[in-house]
Amino acid sequence: MSLNRIIGLFLRHFFLIKSSLPRILDLIYWPTIQIILWGFISKFFTAYSDYYNNTVGVILTCAILYDFLFRSSISFNMLFLEEIWSRNFTNLFIAPMRISEIITALVGTALIRTLIGLVPAILITSPLFGISILNLGIPLFFLFLSLYIFGITLGLFVSSGLLRYGPAFENIAWSSLFLLAPLGCIYYPIEILPDFFQNVARGLPLVYIFEEARSILVNQVVNYSNIKNAFLLNAIYLFVGISLFYYSFSQARKKGSLINIGE
Amino acid sequence: MQKAVIVENLSKNYFKKEAVKEISFTINENEILGLLGPNGCGKTTTIAMMLGLLKPSNGRVVIHGLDIEKNRISLLHKMNFISPYIELPKKLSVKENLIVYGKLYGVKFISDRIKYLSEKLRLEEFINKKTGELSSGQKNRVSLAKALINEPSILFLDEPTASLDPETGDFVRSFIEKISREKKMSILLASHNMDEVKRLCKNVLMMNNGVIIDKGTPDDLIKKHGKRNLEEVFLKLNRNNHELK
Repeated sequence: MSLNRIIGLFLRHFFLIKSSLPRILDLIYWPTIQIILWGFISKFFTAYSDYYNNTVGVILTCAILYDFLFRSSISFNMLFLEEIWSRNFTNLFIAPMRISEIITALVGTALIRTLIGLVPAILITSPLFGISILNLGIPLFFLFLSLYIFGITLGLFVSSGLLRYGPAFENIAWSSLFLLAPLGCIYYPIEILPDFFQNVARGLPLVYIFEEARSILVNQVVNYSNIKNAFLLNAIYLFVGISLFYYSFSQARKKGSLINIGE
Repeated sequence: MQKAVIVENLSKNYFKKEAVKEISFTINENEILGLLGPNGCGKTTTIAMMLGLLKPSNGRVVIHGLDIEKNRISLLHKMNFISPYIELPKKLSVKENLIVYGKLYGVKFISDRIKYLSEKLRLEEFINKKTGELSSGQKNRVSLAKALINEPSILFLDEPTASLDPETGDFVRSFIEKISREKKMSILLASHNMDEVKRLCKNVLMMNNGVIIDKGTPDDLIKKHGKRNLEEVFLKLNRNNHELK
């Protein structure tokens, strides 16, 4: 892998972001609105729900974690969509870039895009709602990492579709996460789901991540088996995601979707 | 003369449609080869296979003695391409775009290379302007700068002067002529501008319906078909082919 080429692709997106204030504001705006909305809902439930009684910020913390996942995945997809929208796709694939370099560059760039959006939103939760996500302690790092890996994996699945089917796959890019949200058990325990869906949900790392966040905040118990399960499932999905990306590239070369891909 | 590119029995099928049918040709070192044919005749498909963007159904492309299918990444370092159908990111400045592609192609002294290309292609006055804000003539020169950022030994030019005013078109043609001579570059030029092809190309391939229907020097083709210019040859060959179909 060439660091130079990875930096090159990173710079392509860095230049794009740094030269446009509206783009930066757009990155910050949605997470902030989302967090403020869930902050008030969280405040209401804290006062009126038995389950959340005396546990400030469970919902808000889960909302922040979910938004982190959402932003990671969307950021990854956006980087690919930007190339299609700007009709730069072909230029990118006639440059001597390995698929592994493209994935690495997009993973790094997606993280920066995600943090630009989420850090300001996290910072306002403390003065506005008296809540700090840091209450989760050291496991917070593992939860974020796990969510980030899953977000990137979803990004890889969607980008594989974009590679193979072109812009027609764009709508899937936007809706992929909404499809998983009900099964992710973000704001409620898995027992709420019907039996069949519980089984499906147990196959997703999200259930373990959010279960763990609630376990720490509600019961003050760190259950590392949840974190371990999440990482194990992440490793499987990531492997499938990367393999699918390689396969889609090979199919795109066969079917000709790398030529003149654009709006 | 050394062969920079060898195309052997190259074919591409999309389902049942044969876009390119067993074509073979070579490009010598320091040669500009013209590729002529009507829209949809298989020119872009051929170039895409030569660039490794498209996997051939049959045949092979050998560049500097190496098969593109097995050495795609290492060969892409030595090649580049421009086409009016692909663009550089519009929101990035000209300089930023050239920095990005300099990095992607592993150029060692990017600033020096950008400075050199800016001077040669007269980019200085708009080097810090956003690429999307440029006129089509300026964009065309920027695309050419991007295509030359890695000092390619093989260049693919797909309609490099399409939609340019005569002055800019002439500037680009003169530049291509000069740089191919100075840098001993091998160029495949796909164009609908017959005067441009006659001026720049030593040899020409006439393509239609996925096959090469004739080839030779522009003068030989004109003489062989008893016509006054290359455009008349092009029209005759395509009409004949149409009638045969």
